Amino acid sequence: MLQTITRIPVAHYSNVKMRSGYSIKIDNKEIALFKLTNGKVYAIENRSPHPKGGVLSEGLISGEYVYCPVYDWKISLADGKVQSPDVGQVRTFKVELENDIIFIILE
Amino acid sequence: MKKLVMIGNGMAGVRTIEEILKLAPEQFEITIFGQEPHPNYNRIKLSNILQGDTSFDEIIINPLDWYKENNIQLFTGEAIVKIDVEGKRVISDQGREVDFDELIIATGSNSFILPIPGAEKIGVTGFRDIHDCEMMIKSAEQYKKAVVIGGGLLGLEAARGLLNLGMKVDVVHLMPNLMERQLDSIASSLLKAELESQGMNFLMEKETVEILGGERVTGLRFKDGSEVEADLVVMAIGIKSNTKAAKSSGIYVNRGIVVNDFMETSVPSVYAVGECAEHREIVYGLVAPLYEQGKVLANRICGLTAEPYTGSVTGTQLKVAGVDLFSAGEIFDDGQTKSIMVYNEFEGIYKRVLTRNNRIVGIVMYGDTKESTKLFRMLTKKEDITGTSIFQTECSAESGGDAASMPNDELVCGCNGVTKGAIVEAIKTQGLTTLDQVSHCTNAGRSCGRCKPMVSQILAHTLGDQFDAAASQKTSICGCTTISREELVEEIKAKGLTSVKEVMNVLEWNNEEGCTKCRPAINYYLGMIYMDEYKDERDSRLVNEKMHANIQKDGTYSVVPRMYGGVTTAADLKKIAEVAEKYNIPLVKLTGGQRIGLFGVKKEDLPGMWEELDMPSGYAYGKTLRTVKTCVGAQYCRYGTQDSMALGIELEKKFERLDTPHKVKMGVSACPRNCSEAGIKDIGFVGIDGGWEIYVAGNGGVDLRPGDLLCTVKTTEEVMEVTGAYLQYYRETANYLERTSKWVERVGLEHVREVLANEETRKALNERMDKTLKKYSEPWNEAIQSEEIKDKYYTKHTVKVGE
Repeated sequence: MLQTITRIPVAHYSNVKMRSGYSIKIDNKEIALFKLTNGKVYAIENRSPHPKGGVLSEGLISGEYVYCPVYDWKISLADGKVQSPDVGQVRTFKVELENDIIFIILE
Repeated sequence: MKKLVMIGNGMAGVRTIEEILKLAPEQFEITIFGQEPHPNYNRIKLSNILQGDTSFDEIIINPLDWYKENNIQLFTGEAIVKIDVEGKRVISDQGREVDFDELIIATGSNSFILPIPGAEKIGVTGFRDIHDCEMMIKSAEQYKKAVVIGGGLLGLEAARGLLNLGMKVDVVHLMPNLMERQLDSIASSLLKAELESQGMNFLMEKETVEILGGERVTGLRFKDGSEVEADLVVMAIGIKSNTKAAKSSGIYVNRGIVVNDFMETSVPSVYAVGECAEHREIVYGLVAPLYEQGKVLANRICGLTAEPYTGSVTGTQLKVAGVDLFSAGEIFDDGQTKSIMVYNEFEGIYKRVLTRNNRIVGIVMYGDTKESTKLFRMLTKKEDITGTSIFQTECSAESGGDAASMPNDELVCGCNGVTKGAIVEAIKTQGLTTLDQVSHCTNAGRSCGRCKPMVSQILAHTLGDQFDAAASQKTSICGCTTISREELVEEIKAKGLTSVKEVMNVLEWNNEEGCTKCRPAINYYLGMIYMDEYKDERDSRLVNEKMHANIQKDGTYSVVPRMYGGVTTAADLKKIAEVAEKYNIPLVKLTGGQRIGLFGVKKEDLPGMWEELDMPSGYAYGKTLRTVKTCVGAQYCRYGTQDSMALGIELEKKFERLDTPHKVKMGVSACPRNCSEAGIKDIGFVGIDGGWEIYVAGNGGVDLRPGDLLCTVKTTEEVMEVTGAYLQYYRETANYLERTSKWVERVGLEHVREVLANEETRKALNERMDKTLKKYSEPWNEAIQSEEIKDKYYTKHTVKVGE
């Protein structure tokens, strides 16, 4: 079996606007990519863990959190954890930056 | 620069200076003399210090740095002994002379000390300043027995504090009832029983004639010859305006320094404010009226035209743990008054509302003051209460049992599924103290808000002694800050803040980039204040407004094109049909507002669809004018008396895209049959013979409410003028996310009518409205034209790997 760690270039860092979310579809996975005010880039699965679901890429970003646009859950971009009083966790993806290119690591 | 001198460094005076600095920061060279050796502190909190809840540092309102930052020369521990009104200068007890152009006397008041033998003995004190407080705290360390003279508000708070300090306390009262100026005899006896159970001992109808002892007090003698022991005597029978310096300088003094409606004394350029001032024969001792006076005075001194101060109605609450009490206005029947009463002796609840001519003139509540805010508002606004139910009955859904007996798994907030247990848990583990915080942490009350009184009860019950009723009700904008909407708007204007980021920075948000509550709100307020000068911050809007489309639960969007007045054409319908087919739109539906909605649109398809539709956005997603529903009207209908479609279209064309605190819906009907349901719209227009009736504050949603008739006008021009002024006034005074129905109930329809009755005011409102309307452009077209917008908001990037 082949090792399936994949490193996928998804965007140029300098083209990505701060405090906005991008939805990126890699095969069947939909990933939301965010660039924060502090310059950091995070990638999480573009699906709210709320039982009724919903996307996250259009949510309002504050610090290292995104607010789910449909049900207003506050979700940490760093570890994907939903903040209280709500509970849940979103899958996070590792992000690497090299020569202005953002890579998402799929394991 | 003009020289402004203030005698006195207390709450009313310093608040006045703050107001002046806001209005005219560079106008005056300011000097303040304060007799106490401290900066301005919150005197109301003295009883909290005494009761051991807070420290002196925590009650300082303006620290010394504040005086420095504002270039105010402050002399503490220095009293003014002479005002030379001719030479315009003041002389202090240390011989310092300072010239003034304008002088404010804000010397406050002193405790009234009974003029009886022995009153000068050590261990006898008033309860007025931090010095008195410290003295009492010290006494409690050495001595056991205190007597408080005076069973009023201040005396009872002092007595409770002394109990907390471990002393045995007698309260001496001249009258047969406690707090007889605020309470009737039933409320008074309930209060007395509660305080007795807390350990207070009352000596009623006793007149103190002598204080006994050597150098230090040992006891009191009463007129009937009886005596009691005392190591400490606190006189809390009232206050006496401190008018000494004014009186000896020839300024007219009655009980206090007499001022007119602009806080001017009998001498030009000399003003008085606060507890030392007597206005229309009343000396106020509560902070709210004093702050109102300060505002009027600040305007006057800065040379601005101001509304005169016409007096205040005050409400009283007793700050003693375990006692829930509220009183305002008149207390006693005078033959013309009628009472509405609830008396539950078993649970110790007593509420009485006194009415005259269908208006509330007095309120006394004991044991349950949940409705006090609402009733006090009805009192001050002089609302007609005919047909209103004043007290909720026990069996109504809202009151549904009390916090203590409620089982932990009972649902409190039905909207968000929050149980009592979850609320209690959050309060305990996260140290919550306000209703707002509880809402933020548990979601309870965040949706329809009907459960808020119950949440508040649970908070009170869980916190017990630490519950501070007044503080718990403060509604900050969100959990990121403690400031309220009024404070925010005031600060934005005063400090000239121009962006969301700047607001959060300067006003020290505890969450650097805000949240979904405050960011959209700040963005709205900035746009409201700066009209066409503010650049809207798209990323501070929530998803629907940011995307100019309504997000659906599966992440797709809806597209609703503008269709002015609900009137369309065959050509437009063809275009909509073609677009729906081309993009495989799963659902085409007529909306509630007479529009056509295309549902299930992928976000990357939005700009393309908009371009092919070539119609403006219907704003079906915004806090803005949604739709103007119309009936067919006089053009075709045999009943119609007016051209409802034309008016609807004109209204929609004028006000479309306008940012409002919450969504606004309108309806126009050509006759009272009202086919466009104008009676349940934010603003509804009903055609009658020769004119239009304008209804406001209707709501067909969560808070079903029929509209109130605002006025009847003759022409379309008048309709537009009134609507513009009304909408602008709503924009300027409502809280963000407050519908017009809620807003009108809060500020009062009468108040809105009064504001709009003034032609000048209407004109000014319309000018601000027109200035604001200039800034908007069509958002769908903007997106079509801009590659940057399309890339940032409407692109789905697809990467394929492993092929």
